[in-house]
Amino acid sequence: MTARLLPWLFVAFMAVLPLWMHDQYILYVLTSTGIFIIAAMSLNLLLGYTGQLSLGHVAFFGIGAYTSALLSLGFDLDLGGAEPFVLDPQPVWIAFLGGILMAAVFGWLIGRLAFRVRGAYFVIVTISFAQVMRMVALNWVDLTEGPMALNNIPPLTVWWPGEGFVPLYSKEHYYLLVLAVGVLSYVIIHRLVQSRVGRALIALRENESLARSVGINVTRYLVIATVVSAGMAGAAGGLYTHYIRIVDPDIFMFIYTVTMVIMVITGGKGTLAGPVVGGLLFGFLPEVLRDVARPEVQWIIYGAVMIVIIFFLPQGIVPAVGKLFSRKKKHPRHDARTPTAPRITEGASS
Amino acid sequence: MSAQLAATATPPVALEVRDIAVHFSGLVAISRMTFAVPEGSIVSLIGPNGAGKTTAFNVITGFLKPTAGKILYHGTDLTRLSPDRIAALGVVRTFQRTSIFGGCSVLSNVLTGMHQRGRTETWGALLRPRWVGDEDARLEAEAAEILDFVGLQNRADEMAGNLAYGEQRLLGIAIALAAAPKLLLLDEPAAGLNPSETEEFIGVVKRIRDRGVTVLLVEHDMKMVMGISDTVVVLNHGRIIAEGTPETIQHDPDVIRAYLGQGVKHAEA
Ligand SMILES: Nc1ncnc2c1ncn2[C@@H]1O[C@H](COP(=O)(O)OP(=O)(O)O)[C@@H](O)[C@H]1O
Ligand SMILES: [Mg+2]
Repeated sequence: MTARLLPWLFVAFMAVLPLWMHDQYILYVLTSTGIFIIAAMSLNLLLGYTGQLSLGHVAFFGIGAYTSALLSLGFDLDLGGAEPFVLDPQPVWIAFLGGILMAAVFGWLIGRLAFRVRGAYFVIVTISFAQVMRMVALNWVDLTEGPMALNNIPPLTVWWPGEGFVPLYSKEHYYLLVLAVGVLSYVIIHRLVQSRVGRALIALRENESLARSVGINVTRYLVIATVVSAGMAGAAGGLYTHYIRIVDPDIFMFIYTVTMVIMVITGGKGTLAGPVVGGLLFGFLPEVLRDVARPEVQWIIYGAVMIVIIFFLPQGIVPAVGKLFSRKKKHPRHDARTPTAPRITEGASS
Repeated sequence: MSAQLAATATPPVALEVRDIAVHFSGLVAISRMTFAVPEGSIVSLIGPNGAGKTTAFNVITGFLKPTAGKILYHGTDLTRLSPDRIAALGVVRTFQRTSIFGGCSVLSNVLTGMHQRGRTETWGALLRPRWVGDEDARLEAEAAEILDFVGLQNRADEMAGNLAYGEQRLLGIAIALAAAPKLLLLDEPAAGLNPSETEEFIGVVKRIRDRGVTVLLVEHDMKMVMGISDTVVVLNHGRIIAEGTPETIQHDPDVIRAYLGQGVKHAEA
């Protein structure tokens, strides 16, 4: 029961945080960490539940960011015809949804491909895919401005009674928006993995042959997972680009994927709370270290913390904590055969 | 006409394996295998290790494409279908090596096996209209029944990977039963079990047959095979060497030679 309430207590705490916390810098770190947590949650759907390692996950993030930025800014494109194709600036939310859609379409493509190439090949395909995206962003200067970046991207808006759509310039408001999207993403993943669809996804991870032998269409569910995962990563990319309000090809850098993977693995892959815990830890660690250590030392500590967690808690923080709790509950009882499934990690098991 | 008349006398054929051959880059795993499984019966496929029994299962359930031949299930050719399509027709197999979803609870193992009995897709899962909740409740009740059937009802919440070996073998069957088989293929279900567990398994297989499920069994335990089979098919070096009732098979000189006379194999090869 407490384990079920815990996420909502956490959300309530995060929601009231801006009421007393006015440090703009911390709000900024929380917001960008929140965006990365959403991306990490989307990666977790593939890596943690379906068991597919996508090392090009940042591609979906970047596609969402660029698409949303371009749609909200408008663009003209010389397609070789008499008249260039001109798109007027679109409302930001339309642009944002366009970014999700575009990322999901690419997710569909990668999902279809994953059917043919699994394991190491899938990893290579996804890495290459992100690199190709970076090359496109760098070189298609007409569209993306290349290394000069897309600037002055409008912020997201919120509808307010009597005032219509108001741009979100304040850090507090953007923070709350990211929190809301984060909660929505969490609920989506929660519902998905606890359903028949989720059982099929987990079956792929656990034992693909057995899954097929009971009638699970492996391709179909792999594609569903990549589409949802890519769309969610695209949403995170859209949140990011309208927050930072500038986007350049560096958004496709490999290190971002690595960061997401670290967040998922240390927090606990295949658990609902894992990416949140890992994301908060590795989102804040660099900021904390910045005050106490020189840059070289910061990265060494960062790496050391990661290695220590993976070495001592190979399943990640959340499953370890879950076990601790279920053991405490188990001890007072005499009937050791009564199963006390680790409820906190039930996302992985059901 | 006459075929229809005959059908009323003898049960219709559920599965027909017709001239199946499987070659693995030169190695002939199965050559021209032909046999039939009548509906409602238990047919056993026996033979020494490497005879091609598991390969036959892989071909029937679509995990392997045969080099030649056809598999007909109530007249439908299975050789072009994928394993999940074949399972959807009601042809479900278990695996020789223990095969479960180790990281999931016992209950969700069975629920996963019930995949085809559910209708919930992505939008249903996300929006959760009432029928999705009803479906979940219905499937969970059925899953509990299946666990009851194999005797794992007390282990529902246990992590499947933590079960004892014999329980894992039972769970493997429960998962297959969850997929609503009409024809169930069991690949050495009693392998590695002690005599009392084997006894329990014999009971389970009989009860499965009594529910109207046709069973194709691969098993080394002769007590089990001879005790429950209607027909026994003997395979050696990818070739059927005998076929008949348990009594005739037990006295067949070719069978005795295949199992006992190791020297004979060299003479044949
Ligand atoms: N995927 C494969 N590739 C190559 N050879 C195989 C493969 N699967 C089975 N074989 C070979 O085919 C023969 C039959 O194997 P199998 O069907 O597993 O025998 P059984 O189940 O009767 O013990 C063996 O010689 C085995 O080595
Ligand atoms: Mg075998």
